[in-house]
Amino acid sequence: MDKSPVIATQGLTRQFGDITAVDHLDLEVYPGEVLGFLGHNGSGKTTTVRLLNGVLTPTAGTAAVLGLDPTTAGAELRRRTGVLTETPSVDERLTAYENLSIYAELYSMPKDQIDHRVGELLTQFQLADRADDRVSGYSKGMKQRLALARAILHSPELLFLDEPTSGLDPVTTRMVHTLIRDLSGKNGRTVFLCTHNLDEAQRLCDRVAVLEFGRMVALGTPNELARNLWQGLRLELETSLEHVNATVKILRELTGARDIAQAEAQPVVTLSLSKRDLVPQLVNKLVETGIPLYRLTPQEPTLEDVYFALHEKEEAKV
Amino acid sequence: MNWQVIKAIVRRDLLAVSRSKGTLLPLILVPLIFMFLLPAGLGYFTPALSDMPGANMPDMAQFLDLLPREAMAEFETYSTDQLMIVFMLVYMLAPMFLIIPLMVATVIASDSFAGEKERKTLEALIYTPTTDMELFTGKLLSAWVPALVVSLVGFVLYGLTTNIAAWPTMGQIFFPNITWIVLVFWVAPATAAVGLGATVIVSSKANSAQDANQIAALVVLPIVALVIAQATGVMYFGTLITLILGVVFWVIAGVLLWIGVRTFRRSEIIARY
Repeated sequence: MDKSPVIATQGLTRQFGDITAVDHLDLEVYPGEVLGFLGHNGSGKTTTVRLLNGVLTPTAGTAAVLGLDPTTAGAELRRRTGVLTETPSVDERLTAYENLSIYAELYSMPKDQIDHRVGELLTQFQLADRADDRVSGYSKGMKQRLALARAILHSPELLFLDEPTSGLDPVTTRMVHTLIRDLSGKNGRTVFLCTHNLDEAQRLCDRVAVLEFGRMVALGTPNELARNLWQGLRLELETSLEHVNATVKILRELTGARDIAQAEAQPVVTLSLSKRDLVPQLVNKLVETGIPLYRLTPQEPTLEDVYFALHEKEEAKV
Repeated sequence: MNWQVIKAIVRRDLLAVSRSKGTLLPLILVPLIFMFLLPAGLGYFTPALSDMPGANMPDMAQFLDLLPREAMAEFETYSTDQLMIVFMLVYMLAPMFLIIPLMVATVIASDSFAGEKERKTLEALIYTPTTDMELFTGKLLSAWVPALVVSLVGFVLYGLTTNIAAWPTMGQIFFPNITWIVLVFWVAPATAAVGLGATVIVSSKANSAQDANQIAALVVLPIVALVIAQATGVMYFGTLITLILGVVFWVIAGVLLWIGVRTFRRSEIIARY
């Protein structure tokens, strides 16, 4: 990419005692990009967000975010970034309107614009009807929507979203996904999306970085990662309706086969194999048992396949 | 420092406090007891108590020996009943008044510092473009200003109550004296600041507002010592002593707040989150 990066880190490291939460992170994120930051709980995602916003100081390494050094220009930087924290972190004793209007003041928004902007967001996030109710009476989804509204209140250039759809119902999840797409696509904002929802990352992200024990173990588009990092194979096979249960049973006994799923009311089964070499073994076993095999089609690997392959590799190292 | 931002933090914290019954209740009840019920009862019933057979009245002679000449001159004009009322309402309860700013400051500060950590609302605040000093100042003021306001309102209420309740015996306005003015405008703000400093330090380690409040409330012990010293005649709570007490409290508050501001760094807070 020819644009200068919005985020650029070199050897960014943060230790807490003996634990290295972020380990020599070298990363560049470009304007308008949705970068997925994948990792299991405790892999260093949240610590990275804190470091990039200047609320935590690194033990070693450097970072430049929107051209600013977070360690020395944290306040100036945070004026231009928005953060949705892992827990909604909204004040439950206040109303939605108060939560937003007070944060608008904290971002030094002009007083004459606050009412308009708050009203606009409350409508956009379907909270206008309950704007004057205390947040303690809101559902989890409503609190998360309010927290999202607060994160984009000051129209930040760079948005950090830490598990934005965690625990949300499908309708709210879809709404959040649409918002992320709009922010990046229509408004040209950069989104740093921390998630362990691999399906979400695959759908939304231009590139993904995979973090394991504080170290970045992969970076690229979901397809690049699948091509370069996954040695396995995703397959779809077709048999007869009467043999489909037996097929599933045999596949479950096969070492290296996982994510075995049967299509509803169809004699079709999908699965992932950890190695391509397992294909002849699979076919032999099915044929030997007398199961008719009408079709065996390779599928595009998912981010989930790649992620688990990487995770297993890293765990093996430990 | 951006005062619009500080004002927003104060507004936010005060709104939150005003909507918490658990926090609000002591802020109303304690001043009501100390500033209204107690003086009303003492002002009205003290003469009757002194007339009761077998009543053990405080050792007035020991207390009067400690009084400066000007005070002695003032006391000579009072009857025994009037002397009892002045002794109880003007002198005995004076150090007890300091419990009000101390209590208000510690209750609100515990809610603002440790309570916010407990409710997990501090993280979002930390990601705002406020500086550490703006955050700290906003949170301090949100506890200190109400402490002063409640003290002042309490003082006015106390003044009205004592003068009205004791009117049948006193027949004149006898409250406040200079010592009380010094107490309200010089020592009370310092006492609130001591409570704040202690709460900020305790809150950096405490996990809940209740824990912070319970530990920080230990700063009430010096006030209790003052009450005992006054009641036993060990010390006379005169204007000079009150002025010196204010200086001592301001120095203690300065030290505590200096330590407090050093613990209030967002990088340290978030690292413990």
